[in-house]
Amino acid sequence: MQRVFPFFVEAALVTIEITMLALILGLVVAALAAAAKMSKSAILQAIGTLYVSLFRGTPCLIQLFVLYFGGPQVGINLDPFAAGVIGLGLNIGAYMAESIRGALIAVDRGQTEAARTIGFSRFQTLRKVVMPQAARLMIRPLGVNTIALLKGSALVSTISVVELTYTAQRFIGSTYKPFEIFGVAALLYMIIVYAIASAVDFLDKRFAIV
Amino acid sequence: MQGLDFSVVVPYWDLLLTGAWWTALLTVSAGALSFVFGILFAVTVLYAPVVVAYPVRAFMWVFMGTPLLLQLFLIYFGLVQIGIDIPALAAGIIGLGLHFAVYNADVIRAGIVAVDVGQTEGARSIGFGKLQTLRYVVIPQAIRNTAPPIGSNLIALLKESSIVSVIGIAELVHSAQLAISETFRPFEFYITAAALYYILNLVLEAGLRRFERNVEVSR
Repeated sequence: MQRVFPFFVEAALVTIEITMLALILGLVVAALAAAAKMSKSAILQAIGTLYVSLFRGTPCLIQLFVLYFGGPQVGINLDPFAAGVIGLGLNIGAYMAESIRGALIAVDRGQTEAARTIGFSRFQTLRKVVMPQAARLMIRPLGVNTIALLKGSALVSTISVVELTYTAQRFIGSTYKPFEIFGVAALLYMIIVYAIASAVDFLDKRFAIV
Repeated sequence: MQGLDFSVVVPYWDLLLTGAWWTALLTVSAGALSFVFGILFAVTVLYAPVVVAYPVRAFMWVFMGTPLLLQLFLIYFGLVQIGIDIPALAAGIIGLGLHFAVYNADVIRAGIVAVDVGQTEGARSIGFGKLQTLRYVVIPQAIRNTAPPIGSNLIALLKESSIVSVIGIAELVHSAQLAISETFRPFEFYITAAALYYILNLVLEAGLRRFERNVEVSR
């Protein structure tokens, strides 16, 4: 067990790295998609809606396979790690877009109306009135998305990224100690999951409207 | 770069449909399992003596904190090594079912707690036993109030069922992989599989909406 433990720590770091990179990509895509869905332009609305619907309506695994195995057929050659980050990022972006849009909608209409009445422009209203209130409401749903992303990152083991689940699978096969191996991998996942969960709890309380 | 040609899919259409059919069956059976065990776990955590409730709680905690893929590996490849040999299909259904049972249990537990205390008091005062109260009064209301999140868990289950292809269950992804191994056309087959998932997803969503509307009306 001591012999394999360093491999697991290294693998856990890869899992964290993939999750963080995919999270950044996902947030950017989600913000764009939410903005597109809420814009006045019918074309942007259609694009945003289509993106969210397609990526939420199909399995993440298939999205990764299309990108990694199907990509070369349409001229997209990615190494496993890049395909994993992009695939996970685009997938979670669709879910996060709905979290962001939900929070923006949840801010009372009266707030916008009042701000506009006292002379704020549309952009100022969004920037100074709606956003600060919506940001608080986003913390929890985006936190739930991030935890789902971390657990979903196990899927990239199927396109041979050497992360935590891949490493666990390899050692379950070679050591014949399934429960110890599962225990170590599970423990590492749970440390990360519950660390994110407490961070989200902290932020949610810190920025709660009393 | 080779041109895309979706006509390669045509000869394999039956194979893909069979895969989609198995995906639907997996979703229904694992969904039923996750529903029953969701109620069971929720009731255990709330009412069972500590020696039973705590292990269940710990189990839920572990299953919520780890990826489904890892859980499937443990159930299918891991248990064999201590002499428990579960066939792939059963391992897939059990893995998916337990994974989502934990999420359902969390929702149902909150639903049970939210049922008005007066309901229990009323049932007890007209002579219902504790178990009867739970069975006929509290749980039905808890389930009805939590139908939407249980429904979204089922939708998630449909998509996550794609993961069991890694332990060799012949569902939709596996069918696509089989066709790809003969044709070397991953893009066309995975896109077709994605389209079939999308359709299954739409059907399930429509079914759930309809069900939820009926539940609303019956109140």
